[in-house]
Order: sequence, then C-alpha cells, then structure tokens
Amino acid sequence: MAHRGKLKLYLGYAAGVGKTFQMLTEAQQLKSAGEDVVIGYFEPHERKDTIAKTEGLETVPRAVSEYRGTRLEEMDTDAILRRKPKVCVVDEFAHTNVPGSARAKRWEDASVLRDAGIDVLTSMNVQHIESLNDQVWQVTGIRVRETVPDWVVQEADEVVMVDVTPRALLHRLERGVVYEPGKAQKALENFFTESNLTALRELALRQTAHQIEDRREEELVRAPAAVFPEPIAWSAERILLWLTADPATAILIRRGRRVADYLQSDCVAVAVSRDGDSADERAAIERHLNFARNMRIPTVTIQARDPSKAVAEYARQEKITQLFVTRHVPNLNELVRLVRNMQLTIVAERAR
Amino acid sequence: MRQSEPVRPNPEDLLRKLEDQDAQSARGRLKLFLGYAPRVGKSERMFDEGCRRASRGQDVVIGAIQKGEAVHTENMELIPCVSGGEALNVPAILQRAPQVCLIDELARDNPPGSSHQYRWQDVEQLVSAGITVIGALNLQYVAEEQDAVERITGRRASCSVPASFVHSADEIVIVDVPPEGLLNGGSGVKLDARQLSELREIALLLAAQVVEEQLLRYLKAHGIRQSAGTQERILVCITPRSNARPMIESGARVASRFHAHLTALHVQQGDLTREAQETVDGYMDYARKLGAEVQVMQTSCDPIDTILSYAREQRITQLFIGHTQRNAWSFWKPNPVDRLIKAAEGMDVRIFPQAASA
Repeated sequence: MAHRGKLKLYLGYAAGVGKTFQMLTEAQQLKSAGEDVVIGYFEPHERKDTIAKTEGLETVPRAVSEYRGTRLEEMDTDAILRRKPKVCVVDEFAHTNVPGSARAKRWEDASVLRDAGIDVLTSMNVQHIESLNDQVWQVTGIRVRETVPDWVVQEADEVVMVDVTPRALLHRLERGVVYEPGKAQKALENFFTESNLTALRELALRQTAHQIEDRREEELVRAPAAVFPEPIAWSAERILLWLTADPATAILIRRGRRVADYLQSDCVAVAVSRDGDSADERAAIERHLNFARNMRIPTVTIQARDPSKAVAEYARQEKITQLFVTRHVPNLNELVRLVRNMQLTIVAERAR
Repeated sequence: MRQSEPVRPNPEDLLRKLEDQDAQSARGRLKLFLGYAPRVGKSERMFDEGCRRASRGQDVVIGAIQKGEAVHTENMELIPCVSGGEALNVPAILQRAPQVCLIDELARDNPPGSSHQYRWQDVEQLVSAGITVIGALNLQYVAEEQDAVERITGRRASCSVPASFVHSADEIVIVDVPPEGLLNGGSGVKLDARQLSELREIALLLAAQVVEEQLLRYLKAHGIRQSAGTQERILVCITPRSNARPMIESGARVASRFHAHLTALHVQQGDLTREAQETVDGYMDYARKLGAEVQVMQTSCDPIDTILSYAREQRITQLFIGHTQRNAWSFWKPNPVDRLIKAAEGMDVRIFPQAASA
C-alpha cells in the first residue's frame, strides 16, 4: 500500500497576492531536483509572469464537458491518476466542479490524488475556510460561497503564507497584473479596499500561525513523552451544539467547530425533533444536521416534548462541559437555569 | 452595528488618495521585511522590491548591504557605510535625498561617536526627512521577542530593535518559508524543525499584531466604526460573588489557544465591604498572573450597561460572566444575565456555573 500523498497549501488573502506564482516556483524547483512533477490544473488569469512559470512543466490536459450548451473544463483527475506523477499542482483548491463531475469539489479531487500516493501542491485564500465565513462577512461585507471545511485544510502537511502588503496588491491591480482591466474595476469596488485586504491578511497570518502550532502539537503527541516535560493540565472539554431550525444555527455550527478545534475538544451536535414541528422546520433542522456532518461533527437527534429539558438532560448524561446555542433557541432563560453546572455560550449573530 | 464605507472607491481614486496623503505628509514610509530565522530570504525579497521600484522609475539607493550577499542591485546606487562599514552614511543619504533607501540589517549598533546609538534611530531620521526606507529584520532582533527566542534556541542576539519600531512600520511583509528548506539547504542554520516551527509561529503572530494596528489606524483615520476586528478579544466579568477563578482560568486558556487579548473587568457600584473588596482584589491579582489586563470601573448606573459599553468599545468577541444567584427580591425584575444576553450583540456570551456548593 502506497503512502498517502502530502498536501502543501499556499495560503493567501486575495487574488493576486502570488499564491500560484510561488507554487509554480516550487514546482520548478522540484523538477530541477529530479522530481516527476505535473500540472493538474492551472488557472492562467492571463497573468504573464505566472504563465511563464509553467514553462517546461508537463500539463495534464483538462477534461472537457458540455453543460447546457456551454463548453466547460475541469481538472482530469482520472488522467492524472493514469499518468501517476510524484507531485501534482492543483490550483484553486476551493473551486466547485461543474454539475455532473465525479466529485463536487476540487479539494475532493485532490484527496483522490493523495490517496493514490501523489503529493499535491495547492492554493487557496483564507476567506474560503468554512468556519471563518461569518467573520469574513462581518469584516468585509462579502459572503464567500465556495468554502472548504476546516478539517480538509487541517489535513495540510505544510502551509505557507503568501504575503504581500495591501498597498503592493492595489498597485498590481492597477497595473492590470491581477485581472484584465475591465474586471479589475469591479473587483476593486467590491472587495479590494485597503481595510478589507488588511483584515483578511491578518486572518491569514493568524490562520497560518495556528496551523503551524497544531502541526507541532500533533507531532508532540506522536513523540515520546520525555520531549514534553510540562504537559498542559487542562481537562478535556466536551462541547455540545444545539441545532434548531433557527437560521443562525449555521453560524453556531461554524463558531462551535472553530472553538472546538482551537481548544482541541470533542464536539457533538444535537437536534430535538418534536411532533409539532412544521415541514419547514424539519427541513431546516435536517439541513443543519447535514452541515454539521460535513464539518465532521457527529450528530444526534432526540425525540422529546420539552426541547430545553431534553438537551440539558442529554448534556448532563454525556458529561458535556460547554453548551453552545443560538439566541433563538426555545426558552433560553429556562435553559440558562437548567444547565447551571456547565458553561453555556450564546453565540453572536455577527451583525453588520 | 458596523457602519460600512459609504461609497466604495474605484482603484485609481483609492491609490491616488493614498498617494496624495503620502505626498502631503513630510514623512517617508517605513516598510519592513520580517524573517523568522536567518536565510529565509528576506534580504532577497527586499532587494528584488528595490529593483522593481527602480525599473519603474523610482529613485532607489542602497544604504546598507551585507557583505558578499547574492542579491539583485541593478539600477540602484550604493551609498557605502562609513566607520569601516559599520554605520550608515546618514549625511550622504540625506544630501542625496532619494525617494527610497534600502537598508539591510536594521538591528545594528552604531560605533561610538555616531550621532545615534542604534541604526534604527538613523532609519527614523531618514523617514522623518521624507525618505521611504525599506529594511530587513529577523525575529531574533526584536527586543520584546528575545526572551522567547532564547527559550527556543538557547541563544540571544547581542543587538536589537524595540518592538515599538516594528509596530511603527507603515507596511510589514512576512517572508514565510517552511522550515524544511532551511533544514537541508546547508544554509548554516543549526535549528531543528521544531525550533524553526516555533520561531515561525511567533513571527507570524507578530506580523498579525502589526497588521491589526494598521487596520485600527486605518479605520480610525477614515471614520469607520467596526465592532469587531479579526483578533479574538475576551472579557471576563468579575464580581465578589462570582466563582471567578475557573472563569479566569478558562479565559486564559482560550486566550492562549486563540492568541487572544484577555481583560478582567470589575464594575463597582458604590462601596464594597472589606471582605468583598479583598475577594475582588484576589481575583484581579490572579487574572494579572494569568496574563490578563485588569480594569476596575465605578458606576452609579446599571453595571450591565457599563459592561456592555466597555465591551463594545474594546471590540470584545467573547464575554464571560458568572451565573447570578437569584435573591429573594429579584423575581420581579429581569435577571441581569438575561438582560446581558439580550443586549450583547455581536459577541459570544459565555455563562459560567456557580461554585459546586452554590
């Protein structure tokens, strides 16, 4: 059985910071060092410097399909598997594949390549990380649609922050390096303001620092105990997220996932189903349960008449230390009194 | 509620405006390339930028360069160091008055008899004189980080620049490379992967801090009110009757995991009994010991309002508060915790249990 291929992630905070350029520079270096490197997917965006960096690298042709009369191109994962390189460049990790593709997301294709023992070099921006979605919206006013679950990003063996100052990026945009002229105008008006870029850049720096720390701690766990003379004496936290039909539940799930990851604690999502629930409520709860599962949070559904009592009871049984709820759960005041032996977090709605 | 920018400017306007501001200000700009270890390539990045600027027609000179360094210096005039290559030739640079001056090795002590003791002070003088300075610096030379660096590497650099100098930079760029390249490149770095990883994390967080300050300055200068930044900020509310120790410990833990800012706040209404005062003082000492900033506020009004307005002003993202014991006469007025939950918009509210005996 071959080893799983490694994942190396070039993390940026906006189009044009130079992720693809740096990734291709590394691909060239690997090739000069004698590695078998191919480009699985590359988005040229008509940027001359970046295109020049692909010279001499083998590109596996894209798969072409037709969807409602439009010609569409995607990465040809099967062809890459047949070609079986040592290293494959996969640009735009957060990309959503066209309908009818074998997998919905490009990161899933990357995962298939890694399963076959191929190392993957990939690129994405910090705002595509699922659990940051609300914070990014709050800070920039932009709701990012293409997201990657946190656990996928955490799988990266290596994260590199591709850093450039917002000022330098604005200059690049103005010179038309990043987008073609007409498009640049639109991008700038919507997104590329100095305050947006600065805030996203800070998020990217913190995210990279966090992943480096996590990686180190994972290695510590595998290393002999003697290497770690002062074990941290924090008891393990257990976090419960109460999912309801309330639309703010999506925010709750992202926030809960993030806190659980940072505190390295267990996390479970619980929904209560009542006989009186409307069809809409049931559908919303089902959607939230699915979302939690996509974020790798195990889910439980309880049948009960009094939801807050049921959740409090379940939390006691499962020795939950922290309960996360939205502001709109039924009988919040009662819940506050019912769970007096654990921490209760009412998650902010992150208004703008 | 955050007030969004009224009109999104177009790119040319935005840059023009920024450049106008630069031109109006008599000061030059300070741009730093920060590396987390020797040989990450910060000097290369700096000289590459100098070359690019020179090729676009900016007047760029080199004020200091390391001996034998293989970097691009095309189209840039060198103003050699004086005192046997130890010190910048400040008068010559001032007289030459370029737009941009590249200065490597910012953390150098000047030889005795120089007008400034440290090179970074020369840099401040150049920036004040309207010259934009681009400099390169390694983490090990930032004074406030030197204890941490020494703990990791067992070594301490003999010279340094104060963190306030780094924080004053108009722009900072982190030169990030994974440690693997430094481990097997024969670069002369004798640090292992774990040490490099720790240094790298500190450098990224330092850069994040500088960027956060730039963001706040920018928002303030443009009159944009923003309720939340990107750094987590935790506020622990302390009362004499709260079971405050676990709250402080939990706050410290979350702060350390999120690299967040931690504040312990006590809002006082009138005078406390001596016993209650001692309890609060004890909690505050404990909070300080665990790295919190400590705040005591007096109010004659509703303490919940005081807490909330402080939290909003401080852009708190997580507010920790203890469960209130309902006392006999409080049943007709809403419980303070309930009111806090209702009013705390934009921040997570975490309610802590009373002590097990309560």
